[in-house]
Amino acid sequence: MIENVGYLALIFSMLLAIFSASAAWYGKTNNDERWIKSARNATITIFFLLTLSSTLLIVLILQNNFEIEYVWRVSSIDMPTYLKISALWGGQAGSLLFWSWLLSLFTAAVMYGQWGKQRELIPYALIVISFTQIFFLFISLVVENPFAKLDGIPLDGNGLNPLLRHPGMIIHPPMLYLGFTGFVVPYIFAMAALMAGKLDDSWIRTTRRWTLVAWLFLSLGLILGGRWAYDVLGWGGYWGWDPVENASLIPWLSGTAFLHSVMIQERRNMFKMWNMFLVILTYLLVIYGTFLVRSGVISSVHSFAESAIGPLFFAFIAFMFIFSTYWVNKRKDMLASKDKLDSFLSREAAFLYNNFIFLAILAIVFFFTNFPIVSALFTGEQGFVGPPVYEKALSPLFLVLLLLMGIAPLTMWHRTMIKRIGLAVLWPAIVAALFAVGLYFTKIVTIWSALLGIWIISLSTVLTLFEFYKGTRARMRRDRNPFSAFAYVMAINRRRYGGYWIHLGVLVMAFGIIGIEMFQQETQIHMTVGDSVALGEYELVFQGVERYAGADDLIITEATADVYHKGKLVEVIHPQTLLYTRSGQPMTIPDVRTTFWEDFYVLLVNWEPTSASSATIRIYLNPLVNWVWAGGFIFIFGTMIAAWPDKKEKRLLKRA
Amino acid sequence: MKIFRLPISILMGLFLFGMASASVIAQGSTPPPPDGEVREVTDNEVNSIAREVYCPVCESTPLDVCQTQACADWRDLIRTKLENGETRQDVYDYFAEQYGGRVLATPPREGLNLLLWIMPVAAVIIGGFFFSRFMKNLRMAGGDGKEDEIETVETAVVPPSSSPIPQSDDEYIAQVERELSK
Repeated sequence: MIENVGYLALIFSMLLAIFSASAAWYGKTNNDERWIKSARNATITIFFLLTLSSTLLIVLILQNNFEIEYVWRVSSIDMPTYLKISALWGGQAGSLLFWSWLLSLFTAAVMYGQWGKQRELIPYALIVISFTQIFFLFISLVVENPFAKLDGIPLDGNGLNPLLRHPGMIIHPPMLYLGFTGFVVPYIFAMAALMAGKLDDSWIRTTRRWTLVAWLFLSLGLILGGRWAYDVLGWGGYWGWDPVENASLIPWLSGTAFLHSVMIQERRNMFKMWNMFLVILTYLLVIYGTFLVRSGVISSVHSFAESAIGPLFFAFIAFMFIFSTYWVNKRKDMLASKDKLDSFLSREAAFLYNNFIFLAILAIVFFFTNFPIVSALFTGEQGFVGPPVYEKALSPLFLVLLLLMGIAPLTMWHRTMIKRIGLAVLWPAIVAALFAVGLYFTKIVTIWSALLGIWIISLSTVLTLFEFYKGTRARMRRDRNPFSAFAYVMAINRRRYGGYWIHLGVLVMAFGIIGIEMFQQETQIHMTVGDSVALGEYELVFQGVERYAGADDLIITEATADVYHKGKLVEVIHPQTLLYTRSGQPMTIPDVRTTFWEDFYVLLVNWEPTSASSATIRIYLNPLVNWVWAGGFIFIFGTMIAAWPDKKEKRLLKRA
Repeated sequence: MKIFRLPISILMGLFLFGMASASVIAQGSTPPPPDGEVREVTDNEVNSIAREVYCPVCESTPLDVCQTQACADWRDLIRTKLENGETRQDVYDYFAEQYGGRVLATPPREGLNLLLWIMPVAAVIIGGFFFSRFMKNLRMAGGDGKEDEIETVETAVVPPSSSPIPQSDDEYIAQVERELSK
């Protein structure tokens, strides 16, 4: 019964989405406001219907109704309630429904917020958003019905994939999906502007905050995903260039390029075509990313997502590509702004260099990610591209980007003298070089490529910090208190200083990445009680193993070990291996001695024989890994500063 | 005019330099010398080789941390091979021959795989070529031949109507710019 209501709600949502697109079109061509209003009401109703549908699916999971295939797949009787709720996005059909629901939520919010302001764009926005909604609802209705029934009624379900039973994994997918669906909003307004032939920058100003918020969620999703991998996957790392990780990184890259280049249009009214291209590209890559995650076309650790929805996604991407290209082509005269560059050394040029590097990185990641398919097409054998290949190709580009991050803010609009930049960079460059040389002579870092990286990152860090100093000092002429001057400067120009905070976060992360990627140490050894093993300045003394039953179908094997740092006992740790007996899936949960400088990351190796008095222990020493997370925090903090609602701006927008 | 070619050439130079230095990172530890007899092999030796191998079944999980039985067997195989005096490269060659290049983190540089090395460099060089031409065209369109002398403060140029930034903000930026130009 419940499942029929849920399915019916999906059918009505689909019909309403079709109606909305048609009514908006009809209303616009016949200049009949009533039809447009009706179209808007339809999209808002879709939100309520999909909320109903998603809630009913959660109810079915909570009721342990294993007659429903999806419930049987992702849930089990003993699973705790919070996991049952998160099971909504723990499987294929549910996460697609969740996608549609988020999109309908954003649509409703946009219609509520922009209805009075963007009258010309709204009808077209309704059409484009409905296209996307129709596609996702079609998949839910026809291919991946979350309410589909099994023939019999199983006694218990499979339970959520154990890898997903982690706090990080519960919020990581919603964050990514919020980021993905969030990027649909700038796209629909861009397309609406094209269709309406209203190509001033009002679509950009309308969606600027949306873009930032979408980007915030996508970044948050990426960082949380990394943290989850570090905590759960038990390989001492956080990023493995897995196709599914890349699927969310790729739209993030084009979105980041867009966030930068859009400032040129706002400021100089240039590069309209280019921004249009970037926003369309980001949208298509979002759909492609969802496709990659959901289709299992490139096998990966996330391959639980295999299904036959691939061709449909491909067709939809092709359709939206043609649709977008048609409108861009139709309006190309209006998009052709009189772009001119006063100098190769200007803010606008710096943004273009930034865009070039971001797109180069994007092209390489995209090519590598799809290489298995390319290879299968041409040689019949599916290829594989491992992390070393990515790292080799991308690290020089990332270094250039980090350098640009420090230097670009020194440029000014129109033109800047090279002498001025040279003067501004000279001392920071010397300070950074002294730092690198110091590291070399104290033998802390002796690898040349690492020293080059450290030099560039330190230089950009000094330059970024100096930006904060300059702003505060300028304000201090009026306000002598440095703290309130600093706060004032942050508050009055949030996007600029939010941006600097973000840069700072990235630089801190970059230090961390160099630390763990280039200086990670590891060792693995079979130990009996009382044995000890040394790694770096640490020593681990093995104390034994216990095995006991955990919640649900879980069997936990837990080792105990003492960790000594420079001869002093600092922590007793308990790395575990878990076995979910129903699915037979094992997991290794590390225990970590965490400090500012490094993580002493210990794993109980479950594929080697383990007894009460002996086990195989694997230890990673991860220098600066916590800087990656700390940088992530700063990054998110900066994005929030930049995206925080601004009353003054709202007033100005209203007037415009 | 000439001096303004600098940023792109700096970028390119840095890129090439970075490429060269990044290849330094890739070099691993030297393999143990073959001595003809069975010798003691540590877990660490096995892992250092296994971390560069990916089994075809559990893709995206390197062999040194993979939890399946198949991977455990492969690790034992690596150990046996090392005990018999084979080198790191021998082991990689064996796996590539038996299971195809896809099991190696860095696939063999042959056939279609060469694209993995050519494409990034080509993308940057060809992309860079078009990008620099694009930039030059833009520069031509806006050239007034006086780029070295004039230094424009942004607030002086942007007409108020095209900028949503409130007055107080402009004032603040102007102040920062004055600070800067000192």
